[in-house]
This record gives sequence, structure tokens and C-alpha cells, in this order.
Amino acid sequence: MIIYKIPLSSHKFQYISGKFQIWNISKIPQTKFPENFRKSSRPQFTNCPTMIVMVGLPARGKTYISKKLTRYLNWIGVPTQVFNLGQYRREVLQTYKNYEFFRPDNEEAMKIRRAYASNALKDIASYFTKEQGQVAVLDATNTTRERRGVIINFAKEKGYKVFFIESVCDDPEIIEANTMQVKLSSPDYENYDKEEALVDFLKRIDCYKMSYVPLDEEKDRHLSFIKIFNVGSRYLVNRVQDHIQSRIVYYLMNIHVTPRSIYLSRHGESELNLLGRIGGDTGLSSQGQKYAKALAEFIRGQSIKDLKVWTSHMKRTIQTAEALGVPYEQWKALNEIDAGVCEEMTYEEIQATHPEEFALRDQDKYRYRYPKGESYEDLVHRLEPVIMELERQENVLVICHQAVMRCLLAYFLDKSEDDLPYLKCPLHTVLKLTPLAYGCKVESFYLNIQAVNTHRDRPTNVNVARKPEEALQTVPEHL
Amino acid sequence: MNVTEDSTEQSGNSLTRELTQNPLKKIWVPSSTNGLPDRHISQRKVCMTNCPTLIVTVGLPARGKTYISKKLTRYLNWIDVPTKEFNVGQYRRECVKIYKSFEFFRPDNEEGLKIRKQCALAALNDVRQFLMDEGGQVAVFDATNTTRERRETILRFAEQNGFKVFFVESVCEDPDVIAENIVQVKLGSPDYTHCNTEEAVADFMKRIKCYENSYQPLDEELDGDLSFIKIIDVGRRYLVNRVQDHIQSRIVYYLMNIHITPRSIYLCRHGESDLNIKGRIGGDSGLSAKGQEFAKSLGQFIQSQNIHDLKVWTSQMKRTIQTAEAVGVPYEQWKALNEIDAGVCEELMYEEIQQRYPLEFALRDQDKYRYRYPKGESYEDLVQRLEPVIMELERQENVLVICHQAVMRCLLAYFLDKTAEELPYLKCPLHTVLKLTPVAYGCKVESVCLNVDAVNTHRDRPSVRLTDTQPLSIIITLQTLSSFFINHILGNPDVL
Repeated sequence: MIIYKIPLSSHKFQYISGKFQIWNISKIPQTKFPENFRKSSRPQFTNCPTMIVMVGLPARGKTYISKKLTRYLNWIGVPTQVFNLGQYRREVLQTYKNYEFFRPDNEEAMKIRRAYASNALKDIASYFTKEQGQVAVLDATNTTRERRGVIINFAKEKGYKVFFIESVCDDPEIIEANTMQVKLSSPDYENYDKEEALVDFLKRIDCYKMSYVPLDEEKDRHLSFIKIFNVGSRYLVNRVQDHIQSRIVYYLMNIHVTPRSIYLSRHGESELNLLGRIGGDTGLSSQGQKYAKALAEFIRGQSIKDLKVWTSHMKRTIQTAEALGVPYEQWKALNEIDAGVCEEMTYEEIQATHPEEFALRDQDKYRYRYPKGESYEDLVHRLEPVIMELERQENVLVICHQAVMRCLLAYFLDKSEDDLPYLKCPLHTVLKLTPLAYGCKVESFYLNIQAVNTHRDRPTNVNVARKPEEALQTVPEHL
Repeated sequence: MNVTEDSTEQSGNSLTRELTQNPLKKIWVPSSTNGLPDRHISQRKVCMTNCPTLIVTVGLPARGKTYISKKLTRYLNWIDVPTKEFNVGQYRRECVKIYKSFEFFRPDNEEGLKIRKQCALAALNDVRQFLMDEGGQVAVFDATNTTRERRETILRFAEQNGFKVFFVESVCEDPDVIAENIVQVKLGSPDYTHCNTEEAVADFMKRIKCYENSYQPLDEELDGDLSFIKIIDVGRRYLVNRVQDHIQSRIVYYLMNIHITPRSIYLCRHGESDLNIKGRIGGDSGLSAKGQEFAKSLGQFIQSQNIHDLKVWTSQMKRTIQTAEAVGVPYEQWKALNEIDAGVCEELMYEEIQQRYPLEFALRDQDKYRYRYPKGESYEDLVQRLEPVIMELERQENVLVICHQAVMRCLLAYFLDKTAEELPYLKCPLHTVLKLTPVAYGCKVESVCLNVDAVNTHRDRPSVRLTDTQPLSIIITLQTLSSFFINHILGNPDVL
């Protein structure tokens, strides 16, 4: 039996020496997978591209859901993109005059709208075939059965699966809050003052209301969809076809819009940090202990309602939490990335004993798996239940580790796989994340306790044949 | 250390609580002043809602309520949420001893109604005891509960006791599904032991009729304040209302992933590996000659089974992948199916572990489920790691899972409802395929030994164990050590 070790340069296959490789020994054509499939730690189960089609009146949260869902799917490794018809419209029209464009009797506008909707569908087809996308989210009102019919036919022709997400809401307070948060600052209303904008927008909603045909349990029973009522107090789920739709439904049922903040911090400086060694399970250094106290003061100062505190199973995060004096929960899933054979080594030692591994890591830090250890990609899969629970919760403080914090941050700030392993998460700094409009506000609090720097940038030379000085170019200082 | 100003009742001053590592689970816990672990611990497995939860089934007879109750209970127990089901039909059978006919269920049968109400209350009483006194976390109250009045009674009971309530209603009008249910589980019920098939079916249909007139399904409007999931047509459609917390969210996710399409799950280990022959645990070696023979036999066996649309899953370790290669169909690799990580004990023989880490070795035998290898994993960790695999197995139809000894034990324990005590000692020999087929409320197991020799890797629970003492003060006497040697060498599989 021949074992093929496919070099990193070809496609996205991965070559890692050592014991824990991703074995590519197949003599069997893996016909399921497209040419550049990546073997991740979990099968993705998405052979057929899927179109997610939003349905609902304006200001029902469709764009919020589209963006959040897309961010989540990309983070778990499913290439996803949003196609927002409002954006297409802005590109075609350049300036927005007023709601009249949306009047159902405006023939000329209708023609234009059908045209750019059709362009969006073309772009979706191109995304699937040319850019290896797996999920496309069509973010538009899609409020008539006729329009949805067009989309369904398009998908059937191309062999895409379709899953509808409808947001139904009649609570005027929620609609007003939405409008204030995201509509008034839209490029459409740049030249309006607030009251005028609100009036115009409400007229815009009215234009859709008359022809709005919601998804129906009976008439649309052959379609796959989820209907979200009043921001999640009730859901109607029909004909979930496959794994990815099931994950999407689970995700949608766990998110909420209650205002809250998530605090991310690393443990205080540890004894191994001081020595420039990675991994291990040591306790806090004296600076680290100072940080723990400072963190406690900071948290008290924030006067957070009902704060939950989570740590990993490693001593340094628990010691940090202990200083807070409040109950905390330990998650094994929050443990630092397992560096396998490199545990407790300095970067210099890794360079000396495993120079090839060290170089490979710099070549693709996201996918690189330590021998007998983990990769960032593995970490993301490990952290998925943590993210799911973070979505359910309200105010949470997560005391974790550098690689773990990078993964969590990448989820909240929509960072790509290339950026993720190089996000700056210094010791003794708390990041406060507050959901805002379609994204996340980040406030960074450095608690003024000295600590070593543990951030290692990507060096210029990542070639396996490089010299040790080149490899160690970016290693931070340590004892 | 001085008491800081803002000290809370939890700790007198910040950082006076030393951390000690529980030797069994390798969890860091704060210890109080006498050096012993404090009572405090929140170790996140599943969010332990402080409130126990009462799950209440709703639906006409033969709608799958007991099937769902049992399956859900099995799943929750496997993910370590102590759960128990309370089937009111059982209480009725204990009360009424002999079932005569459907007349018992007629809505105008005063005597019958009285007894049925008593049974329901007796069951609720036992629910209370389980959730309050026996450390139960979730109770599944399995009955028709088809009237709003009955559900009100339950809600009041729950409120009085501080339980959360989550309703699971099954609505189905498909006559084929109902007929199949009746055949699968009702005809074999103790109620119908004295009837032949036609009589039983006729009586049961009349029984269903007794409920139909007074049936008040959960309603979006009228029951808008309750937390529930309505399962329509065996999962074609779901209506989910007001999920309150983490455990309810997990339950909804689980219920939305299960199905009743007939299928089989095949579990087997990789073929015998080089490290197996040497009696070493873990590692990532390739197949031995016998192992390769097994892989070929497995391929032939699978062909002969003529399985429709079989999916094959392996771990990311060489030995399972080599085994799958011989089967000759595309397969998917799951890292989650990797063997338990033995940490510092990787690739050691049991004798070596005994020599180098005698304390660890003893602790493992004390509580093999919860014991975590230093820098490694426990069976408990494995179960958590395997949960997405189980969820996907529920979604899929015919699947062959080629995995490892500890992993297979965990998966088997899920399907066969084994306890945490039994799980680490389940027999999963090499070169044997287990075919699991859901049947009625459980799982039929067929064991197929493919007649290729292999070493035995099973290590039974030793008869001599250290008694339960405080983990920090275990003292190993020379005598105990020597009897350990004897037991472990005698109890060990043949090694080269």
C-alpha cells in the first residue's frame, strides 16, 4: 500500500511529518469531493451548494441574520457569502430618491429591480462554480410567491438546494428599534434628516405589505424553511433536508438580540510565559497574580449584571478566575491548543529540534497540526459548542488562552483563516465585545500590569531550507 | 495575606485559595485551609440548569411518545444529564393488573378515570422524588396528556416544586405510520398478551378513539406562554415555542435530528495493529498482517451485506484508514473518532504503566470512566468529543464506523443504554463487526466475528482495587502493590 504524502504546494492538501498526519493514502477516487477539497477534522457534509433565501418585510432583521449566519458558517469552515439586493440596487441607481421606487405600480422600477435580482442570481451561480462557495445567502425581501418561484426554478435548474429563512415580526417597538439602528444610517438616507428618513422608510414598508405572501404551512409544505416569529419566541421548521440545514436551524434558534457584552481575556502571565515556553500547565507568575487582582477590580468597576465567568481546565485560567471571587465554570474545550511534541518548548528549541515542522507552521499556521497535537482548525471545531453557548448567554467573561482567544475573536470580528492565527491577543488586556448594528464594537482595556509579549509574527522567510536566524526573526523576548 | 476591601463570601481574600489537582480527573480545584478540595466545583459538561426540568409528552396513542421518551432519556443520560422516564401506562398496569379492553379508556368510565388520575399523580410523586431527592436533573413524564386540564395539573405541580416544564407533542395523521407503530410496539405490549393480532389491533384503534374527542393539541395562541415543541408527521415539520434554556435547546436539536427510517449502523475497530501485537496502547501504527487480512474480510463482508447507500467513517489514525481502504468505497475521516489520548502513557504497555505510574494505574481502576490520563483524556471527555458524531449518526441512515476500542465502547454505550460504570468494560474485540438495528424501543445487536485471529486487548475490571480514600492521601502498601502485579499480569492479554 503506497502512502502518498502530498506536498503543501499542491492545492490545499497538507503535508505534516510526524505521527499525526492527515493521511492521504487513497487509491480510491474520492469522487464526492471537489478538486481542492481540504481534509478538515470533521466532514462538512455539503456536497450540493445551498442557497439560503431570506423572506420578510423591511426591518425584520433579514440582513442581521444573513450577516451573522454567514459569519458563523465561514468560521466553522463552510465557505459562505451574502448577496444583498439592496447593495445591487445602490450600484445600479447610484442615488436613492424616495420610497416611490418601491411602489408596486412603478413599472419602470419593477423592470430595474427584476434585472438586478437576476444579476444577483448569476453572481451566485458564479460563486458556486468559480469560487468554490458552498452556501450563498440571498438577502432580499422575497415577499411574493412569484419571486420565490423564480428562485426555486433557478436553483432546480442548477442543482442547488434551497432553504428559506423567514422573519415575521409585528411588534412595532422592535421594528422601530431596527429602523433606528440600521436604516437611518444607511447610504440611502445620507441626505435626509432623521424624521424624514423614518417617514419615508415606513412608507417603503407599506409598499411591500400589500403584496406580502408569507410562507405557508400548507401551500409551501414541500419547501424547506424556518419561520422565525418575533425575534425567536417561536419557530416553525419545515422539511430540513440535510446536515448543514440542521446546523443552520440550531444556530438560528440559539441567537438572540438582547443587549449584552462579552469580555475576553487571557489568563494572567504564567511562569512558562516568562521563560518563553509554549503550552504546559503552570501557575501564575507574580505579575500574573497582580493581573488577576486588577481584573477583579476592573470587573467590579464595570458593574455587570448577572455575569457568567468561564475558564479552561488549566491552572493559570482558574487561578485568574479565583481572584474574582465569583463562581465560574470550567470548560475543557477552552484549553490552550495542544502543541503535542512541542509542549513546553521555547521557539528556539522547536527550531533546533523540529526545523521542518517550524517552517511548515509558518507556511500555513491555520491548518498546521503539531505532531501529536492540534491545529487552529481543530481548535475552531473544538470551540464550536462554546460559541453556541456564548450566543445563548448574555454577559460572559471568558478567561482563556492565546490561540483560543484568537479563534473566538475571529468569530466575533469575522476574521479570515489567514488573519486568525496572527490576531493580537496580548496578556493582561481585556477585550469587551458589544454587538452593535450588524457587527461588534470592540473596546480594549490594558490593565497596566507589565507582562511579557507572547505574540510571534510571521517571519519573512518561511521556506523549509531557511536559516535558524530567519526562523527566529520574530520570536518575542523572554528570560 | 491581608483581607482586601471588597472580599466576597466566596473567598476571604483573592488568591488565598490554593489550587490542587484532583488526581482522578486532573481537574484543578480550590482547596480550603485544611488542604482538602472545597465543595465548590462547576465543571462544565452540560449546563446544569439549577432548576430540574420536567419534560411532558403530549399526543394520542401510537404517536411515538414512548419511543421519543426512551430515546431522549438514553441520550441525556449518555451526555451525563441524569434523566429518568415515568411511563403512566406502566403505573396503570401495576394498578389494574389485568387489561380487559378499551372500555377502560372510555371518557364516560368514571371508575377508569379515577384510576387513571391516581396513576398520573403517583407518577408525579415519583418524579418529585427523583428530581429532589435522588439527584435527577430531567424527568420525562410519558403519557397522553391530551387535555388542557391535565396539562394544567402538571404545570401547577411543577410550579409548586420549582421545576421547569417543556412539552413534547407528537402529531401524526398518517395511517401507515400509526399502523406500523401498533405492529411494532403495541401488539407486544403486556396489555395484549392474551389477544391475537386482529383483536389487538381492533381494540387498540377503539382505544385511540376514546382520546380523540377530548384531544386539545398545543396551540400557538392559547398555549403561547408555554415552552414546547410540536413534532408533526414524524419530523416533517416542527413548531418550537419559547425555548427557555440550554438543556431545552439541546433537546430540541436532538429531536429535530432523529428519524425512524429503517437502517443499520455497523461498528467495528480497525484491523489488528502493530502496536496491538506488542501490547502497547495508543499510538498511530499501521495494520499487522492479520489486520490487513481483516480489512480484506471486512470488505467482502460489507459487499455481501448489500447495504443501500452505505457511508463509511474512520478516525484520522492510520490504522482505521488502512482498514477502510480495503472496503473500497469513499470514506470520511473524523478527528473526533480518534482513540482516547493516553497522554504520558501513550505507547506504553500496561506493565510499564504499572511500573512508572502505579498511582495512576490504581486510580484508573478505581473509576475508569472518569479517570483522565495525565496530559490525556478520560472516557468522560471522549463522550463529550463524540457527541457530534452521535448527532450525525442519528441523522444518517446506513453507516459503517471504523474506530477504536474506547471510542467503540462509548458509541455502543449510547446505542445500548449502558451506564458510565459499565461503559469502560464493554467487550469490543478486534476483528468483530457489530450490526445495530433499531427495533421497537431499543436496538438489535448482531455480532459478526470475521474469523481472522487477533490479540485480545480487553482488560477486565481487576478484583483487587484500592478502597475509596481521600485522593490526596492514598497510601500504597507493598502488599497491595504485589497483589496488583499478580492481578494485572494475570489479567493481562497475551503479549509478546
